[in-house]
Amino acid sequence: MAEITLHRVRKVFADGTEAVQSFDLEIPDGSFMVLVGPSGCGKTTVLRMVAGLEDLTEGTIRIGDRVVNDIPPGARDIAMVFQNYALYPHMTVYQNMALSLKIHKVPRDERNRQVRDAAAVLHLEDILNKRPRELSGGQRQRVAMGRAIVREPQAFLMDEPLSNLDAKLRVQMRAEILRIQQDLQVTTIYVTHDQTEAMTLGDLVAVMRKGVLQQLATPDELYSEPANLFVGGFIGSPAMNLVEATLAQREGNLVVEFAGHGIRVPDEVAAARPGLAAFLGRTVILGIRPEGMDDAALVPGADPDSRLPIVVDVREGMGSDVFLHFSMDAPPVFTKDTQELASDIDEDALAGLKERASERRSVFVARASPETTAQVGARCEIHVDPHKLYFFDPETGASIVGDRSIVEVGAGRSGTD
Amino acid sequence: MRTLDEPASLERDEPVATPGSPGGRYRARRLAFKVTIYALLIAVCGFILLPVGWMLTAALKPDLEPVFTPTPEWFPTRWWEWKNFRRVLTENMPFLRYMINTMIIVTANIFGVLISCALVGFAFARLRFRGSKVLFYILIVTMLIPWQALIIPQFLFFVKVGWYGTYLPLIVPSFFGTAFFIFLIRQYMRTIPKDLDDAARVDGLNYWQIFWRIILPLSTPVLTVCAVFTFLASWNNLLGPLIYLDDSDRFTVAIGLANLVTRADTPWNLTMAANLAAILPSVLLYFFLQKKLIGGIASVGLKG
Repeated sequence: MAEITLHRVRKVFADGTEAVQSFDLEIPDGSFMVLVGPSGCGKTTVLRMVAGLEDLTEGTIRIGDRVVNDIPPGARDIAMVFQNYALYPHMTVYQNMALSLKIHKVPRDERNRQVRDAAAVLHLEDILNKRPRELSGGQRQRVAMGRAIVREPQAFLMDEPLSNLDAKLRVQMRAEILRIQQDLQVTTIYVTHDQTEAMTLGDLVAVMRKGVLQQLATPDELYSEPANLFVGGFIGSPAMNLVEATLAQREGNLVVEFAGHGIRVPDEVAAARPGLAAFLGRTVILGIRPEGMDDAALVPGADPDSRLPIVVDVREGMGSDVFLHFSMDAPPVFTKDTQELASDIDEDALAGLKERASERRSVFVARASPETTAQVGARCEIHVDPHKLYFFDPETGASIVGDRSIVEVGAGRSGTD
Repeated sequence: MRTLDEPASLERDEPVATPGSPGGRYRARRLAFKVTIYALLIAVCGFILLPVGWMLTAALKPDLEPVFTPTPEWFPTRWWEWKNFRRVLTENMPFLRYMINTMIIVTANIFGVLISCALVGFAFARLRFRGSKVLFYILIVTMLIPWQALIIPQFLFFVKVGWYGTYLPLIVPSFFGTAFFIFLIRQYMRTIPKDLDDAARVDGLNYWQIFWRIILPLSTPVLTVCAVFTFLASWNNLLGPLIYLDDSDRFTVAIGLANLVTRADTPWNLTMAANLAAILPSVLLYFFLQKKLIGGIASVGLKG
């Protein structure tokens, strides 16, 4: 049994930074758990604590049924793949893979067999005698993985292993990693800041922010039922459009209004979210994913109460979709959550957000079908699917669903302050 | 990721070019450039080798032939007294014996320096322990103490423990570390990525194994630098052997050379022969370690 359990794990560094706050996590045996979050959220620290490379300030970590807090990394029966591969430069690929076996006093023939088996899984047979500096990035990454699987450990720990590869190679290696994990059925913890990787690789995904777990769910749940503003804005690419809106009652219908437009909230949607009733007449944060919109001309039978008349600013034709960027006269959501989401992209994104906040202007992205005739500068009507609206509490950032918050941990503390 | 085709180059070697045509003029210019550079380099080489040439000339002269002639005589020469070398190495003065003695001391020194400084350098570079910063600063401060202040106390100490007259005062201190080398090694080891340590720990290596199997093999450039510096310092060291050795069988090369010159009438031919013999190991060392050494000195400041 190699299930991994973290119980009330906390890490405070020597300089006082609290990198991880009372973290609880259960990783079922054989599952692929992804820890995702922006830089500095503590995910790598959690991984290093499971590996034994960092001490815990508080809490316990169990691998299998052993408490491993005081057990050195080499004795925890885990293997790790590092972001920069950490291959021993003065050793050949074979020696790199064989070192841990040698240290554990595995006899030479057995060692040889295990290394060659692992090499076969990753197609490394031809480069066993080469040194890391003679290999390409993709080959080095495979050697790093080979070094991990040769030990047949109870768990794999991976720290952003694909972030140094180019886009195409990354896609290919993602599939490889998935295949290997499914073949070997080894419990895996995978740390990344790329939400695409999180969504495609994980059985379970844990979103972290500033040392606090935001939501633990399957990728589908994270996408369709984000627990709070941060998770909603983090998962999904292009990101969810967020705007401050007001909930109002018009002619017996619940309408969410912003920028002088209103979108009718259908009864079934309102019924599924009884918590909305408390926000009548007040500001809420409205989230609309780009996928939840389309060119109204291409949506037959669209409800006229679900349309936004807009002028297209930018048109990105991707072949399979067309992304339309347009502005709305509504203030963007400018909270700690959205600022952190923007700064995680880069400083220009953050500067842009600040600028738009001062101008009280939001920029939306809609994903239209490729048949759309919308052009830059032309008017267009965008249909918003009212069944795909997300609502968030402007003060706490929590998702407004039922009477209580839907997330297990951290929602209260994950708020906008 | 565009593939780079052969860049369009002005330096295309046109097969047909007569002197006077544009292509021919360009090639002629390049040739002239190369010839000038090589001529300069040969000239500088010759200039540097002149003293050695003169030493060889002097070494090959018979006993009474004047060495300091009004116009200096360079190598090659009309005198070919090769037996001068044999005389100085075995007969007049057992210079060969001195070379062997010095070789023993030097080898032991290199051994001591590498062991002690690598271990201490590793500790400062990789291990975290209370007081490491303070100890390191103390180490640096010891480099400020002038050796003149240390000679007399050290001498008194070695006499007290009965090591006077032996090689021990010349060898044992190197096993206790040299501040400069420790500093150099520590700085170099810090450039080795810490990820390697983490990977090694996950692989199950303890700190000694990390030192022996990972960090030390990766530190060969800086270790080569330390070894060569130690060699040169030990080989040329005159003061140490002069103070601590009294048995002439145990003398070193430096003492031998000094003794040759301070005699009433210096036999210059023998002295020059001894000199040439003395510099030979250093030159050989350089030839064999040239690549490693230059890489080492350059990379001591850079990422390994």
